[in-house]
Amino acid sequence: MITFLIRRFLAAIPVLLGVSILVFSMLHLTPGDPVQLMLSGGGAGGSGGSQGASAEAVEALRKEMGFDRPIWEQYLTWLGDVLQGDLGRSIWSNQKVTEMIFAQLPSTIQLTLAGLGIAIVLGIVLGIAAAVRPHSWFDTLTMGFASLGVSMPSFWLGLVLIYIFALHFGWVPATGTGGVKRLILPAFTLGLEASAIIARLVRSSMLEIMRQEYITTARAKGLRETAVVTRHALRNAMIPVITIIGLQFGALLSGAVIIETVFARQGIGRLTITAINGKDFPLVQGIILLVATIYVFVNLLTDLLYGFLDPKIRYE
Amino acid sequence: MVQQRLRIPTALSDQGLQDNVGRQRSAFSRILRLSRRHPSTIVGASVLFLLVAIAILAPVIAPFDPTDPDPSVRLTPPSSTHWFGTDELGRDVFSAVIWGARISLRVGLISMGIGATLGTLIGLLAGFYGRWLDTILMRLIDIMLAFPGILLAITFVAMLGPGLNNVMIAVGIANIPRFTRLVRSSVLSVKTLTYVEAAEAVGVPNSRIMVRHILPNVLSPIIVLATLGIASAILSAAGLSFLGLGAQPPTPEWGAMLSKARGFLRVAWWWATFPGLAIMITVLAMNLLGDGLRDALDPRLRTQ
Repeated sequence: MITFLIRRFLAAIPVLLGVSILVFSMLHLTPGDPVQLMLSGGGAGGSGGSQGASAEAVEALRKEMGFDRPIWEQYLTWLGDVLQGDLGRSIWSNQKVTEMIFAQLPSTIQLTLAGLGIAIVLGIVLGIAAAVRPHSWFDTLTMGFASLGVSMPSFWLGLVLIYIFALHFGWVPATGTGGVKRLILPAFTLGLEASAIIARLVRSSMLEIMRQEYITTARAKGLRETAVVTRHALRNAMIPVITIIGLQFGALLSGAVIIETVFARQGIGRLTITAINGKDFPLVQGIILLVATIYVFVNLLTDLLYGFLDPKIRYE
Repeated sequence: MVQQRLRIPTALSDQGLQDNVGRQRSAFSRILRLSRRHPSTIVGASVLFLLVAIAILAPVIAPFDPTDPDPSVRLTPPSSTHWFGTDELGRDVFSAVIWGARISLRVGLISMGIGATLGTLIGLLAGFYGRWLDTILMRLIDIMLAFPGILLAITFVAMLGPGLNNVMIAVGIANIPRFTRLVRSSVLSVKTLTYVEAAEAVGVPNSRIMVRHILPNVLSPIIVLATLGIASAILSAAGLSFLGLGAQPPTPEWGAMLSKARGFLRVAWWWATFPGLAIMITVLAMNLLGDGLRDALDPRLRTQ
């Protein structure tokens, strides 16, 4: 088990390094001179007009950002800073990128976890209910709902829910951040697609397990059906489901970008959009690097959990 | 003598033609048979056919110019003249939704085309040559997979700058990994088959083996994934446009329309309703067709 842990952990390091290289090159792969790009975006400390940045200002920023040095040296310096928790400063506000991100992160994490919670509960319950009576009307209805769920654009679902529950009935506030009431609609919107994906997988995984001989044995020895389902089938059916939940966490975290815009919620999502539109590269890089890192670690955790649940995995 | 010489190739090609027709017919009948069992596939295909027709005939069907403002009918609810109502500048929502079909289908096809072509190519190379090339290519794919959901597309839009064309490229690139993984694993299983070894043994060049002997065998899962990929590409692109990173107004793109309509939800429900329904119907139709094709072409991928 320890070897498995270490091996899996070591495998994540090159991926994270690759992510850092891609994120670092964002600014350099963007067509045009990075310094001009940064100045045209917002202007550092008020010095920038759009095209009118003076030659001295350009040169000063080039030196300050280290763009006059060889690219690999720039990368190593940047990586060194990142590893020490320094993601640079925003071009727009001149605030530290880490501070800006960490001010917005709790709201996004809260939304993601709430969405994931809804997705897991809804997905597993519906999936099991559908699998217990395959091809019944309930099964058909649930799987129809799942098809709709994966085809519905989340941003539109959000607008529909705002219209019905906030504007028409007035049960919850339409937009904004803070409080459980303001979390319900965005979390449900965010979680619905994932719940559909989870429900489909739980159903097919359960159906697969229910065909196994040990289920017949369990039934033959006179166990009640609920015991067969919960104690014998569910536990084994959960193994693939856990992987998909790990993957869905990432999808929800990035999906929060859209949902935050729909509900005008604070968070990383709105920060990202503002940063992209303002060409605030250090901020964009910081956010993307952080989200990807979180995702890699969540996947790592999922894998470890998977290895823990299914001993066969460890020895491969 | 001359006649005989002439006859042989004709006979051969006739035979070949018939084989081909037979194969096509059997695939076709397989699809037909499965469609009868899964009426949803037929529904998906029909809706899609209708959408394509609407997209092609947009200039003929749309009653108004979707970018033409008419201040006298601002924010009017659906009526016999304006079936889906009008927006805040008095533009006809019905016409915009129809023109939007053109944009969305094009975006879906092009992004998926980029992803499928590059993804298949990388998967073929990695799976066929193996060794260090496989390691390098698959590590690159792993890095791309470290960006969850729509984040990879957002990363590339941030690099390339906002705009519909850049969104197509970004969504296309973000789609590469799933094609690569699918093709690579299929290549690995096909590569060891006797006929590939035989082709290698008689000295057929690698590129020809890949294109003529391996690719046709992995085509079915690629087609299935591509159909489902168009659906998700349309969703992603609409999402990016909704965020203001894709199509810019006054382009009648469904996601961009929703983004504008969001501010008028209280006074003009119709403006946000119809573009959203259009996205959902298009994506649902693609998904239904994709699921049906998967059952027909690649039973291995079937989920119950």
